[in-house]
Amino acid sequence: MTSIPRLPTAPLTTSCRPVFFSGEVERYFLPGVDLEFDGSDRPTLLLPFQSSLLVLTSHRLVFIDEASASAREISLCAIIHAFPLKKSMSIRSMFASPRVRLQVSISNDGTISEKGTKSSVITLVMRGKNTDPDVFYGKFMEVLRSREWELTASANQGSTGLEGSSSGSGVNDLRITMPVVGVSGILRKEQEIWESTDKNLQDAFQDLNALMSKAKEMVQLAEKMRQKLLTTGSNSQGSSNDEEMGSKQDMQDWLLSVGIVSPVTKETAGALYHQQLSRQLADFVKIPLEKAGGMITLVDVYCLFNRARGTELISPEDLLQACALWEKFDVPVMMRKFDSGVKVIQNKSHSDDEVFARISSLAQKPDTLRKGISPSDAAFTLGIAPALAKEHLLSAESRGLLCRDVSAEGLRFYINLFNEIDSANIYTTTKVVGAESHWSELVYVA
Amino acid sequence: MQKLGEFKLPPFFNYPPYFTLQPVRETREKQVQLWKDLILDFCRNQKIFVISLEEDFHLFSNPSIERSLSHEAKVVFLSALVTNGRAEWMDKGHKKCLILWMRIQDWADYILRFVRENGLEDGVMTVEDIRSGFETRGTELAGIDRGVLMRALKLLEQKGKAVIFKGSSADDEGVKFSA
Repeated sequence: MTSIPRLPTAPLTTSCRPVFFSGEVERYFLPGVDLEFDGSDRPTLLLPFQSSLLVLTSHRLVFIDEASASAREISLCAIIHAFPLKKSMSIRSMFASPRVRLQVSISNDGTISEKGTKSSVITLVMRGKNTDPDVFYGKFMEVLRSREWELTASANQGSTGLEGSSSGSGVNDLRITMPVVGVSGILRKEQEIWESTDKNLQDAFQDLNALMSKAKEMVQLAEKMRQKLLTTGSNSQGSSNDEEMGSKQDMQDWLLSVGIVSPVTKETAGALYHQQLSRQLADFVKIPLEKAGGMITLVDVYCLFNRARGTELISPEDLLQACALWEKFDVPVMMRKFDSGVKVIQNKSHSDDEVFARISSLAQKPDTLRKGISPSDAAFTLGIAPALAKEHLLSAESRGLLCRDVSAEGLRFYINLFNEIDSANIYTTTKVVGAESHWSELVYVA
Repeated sequence: MQKLGEFKLPPFFNYPPYFTLQPVRETREKQVQLWKDLILDFCRNQKIFVISLEEDFHLFSNPSIERSLSHEAKVVFLSALVTNGRAEWMDKGHKKCLILWMRIQDWADYILRFVRENGLEDGVMTVEDIRSGFETRGTELAGIDRGVLMRALKLLEQKGKAVIFKGSSADDEGVKFSA
């Protein structure tokens, strides 16, 4: 009797999304999946949790349990054979959960992995409501057929010869190798590379599906271009494409933001679209948050997120819903609305009090005592966006830390001295404690 | 110390936010309190009885810091005085405000005390005498607003401490005080 196969654990991000390998793209989501093994009399469960979320990627099957924030995986390369779906029309099969049987290879220690010495048959049971087994099966077979994990493997083994060119597709094989003779040889080589790149671009943009699969190549291309931009001076090698590149700064910004290889789309996630989008957004927003000092407006996130996705842009409503869903999950970010209506995203660990302390000390420096703080002063000193700085100043005002001064110079804020002024001693300038005496001494030149 | 005429201005008069109506409730309350006291002190010192919002009032601006109160702020502070019974709007449009840095009742008491201290009971004085006559020079009564004086006298009349009557000359009235 064969022993029960085991699945290796799969790493997850803090938002319960799988950590993807380089080049791995998600293809389909299926909720309510169980994995069974027909061993002895009764089927045994292979996962330590029930009703998991199955993520089909180009490289793996990942089973996620959001309640325990844990996951297991089966590498697609370990699947020897997928049995066709049974198409019986009996009443029993109409009400039973659809099943997909897979033959997987098992290594000596019992884990499901590639190149094992034994094999077993396991069953994927789709218990989720409204799941269409045919759609899943179709996608699954497509992914198995394209065998993308092999492409990554071969690319990682190191491409020799041509500099940096690792597009990995079959196009390079057709190139005629010409003898490298002097400068013209080098130029010709470069020309060939750019021609194949151009062809790649044309193929990619003709068909959005093709673009999705080429996404990995696009990111690599972007990386290569970025390297070129960094090193190119007045080199003739790069000059043929300077017009395409446009301004150098724009290009660099765009390249830096091309980070998301597998955007969550309605197609891949179906009914889970908003949930998965919400989790992906939580992962994405971490880096911009850090750069912006812990708080970023929703408008900025909308621009950055869509720019990184490239295609399959999300609407503002999608973004709002995604942020609203964060309340239900345990993610380290939250949306917050200020009194003025401005919506921002901030780290849960962000502390208002800490910002107020910084504002307070800023407001009590010698020149700010006399002249006050404008929102742009605060933005500069605190290192945050001006719109956010204004929000913080307004919050500090409503807490009684600051008070406002409206004049021809605009809106400025001063440390709140109204509380320090003692009605009984309004003529005393010799008060030693508190900020008022400092301010009086400075400003009051008899 | 900074002065406005003979009046010594308090230090916070140079604090720019003092001239901006504060939106936050607690801060606003403190600000209103300070302005109320300042207005009363200033008017008492300068013997000002009427503030007209259509004219510039020196207290409401500070040229050295280039700040002055907005119209809305002036109305807020004066209305606060009215609510406290220390001022009265003289017109429906709230353009002129009578400042009672001494309440009418206080004026009545003051007049009575003055009359007693100077042995003027059973004597007759014209209203104008009280306002600008020799006897009242150096007292608070000198230069008192005529309207305020009349109301104080009427109050005394109700209490039976004085009698107002039309004088022999066409325009002025006289007052006879009783002990």
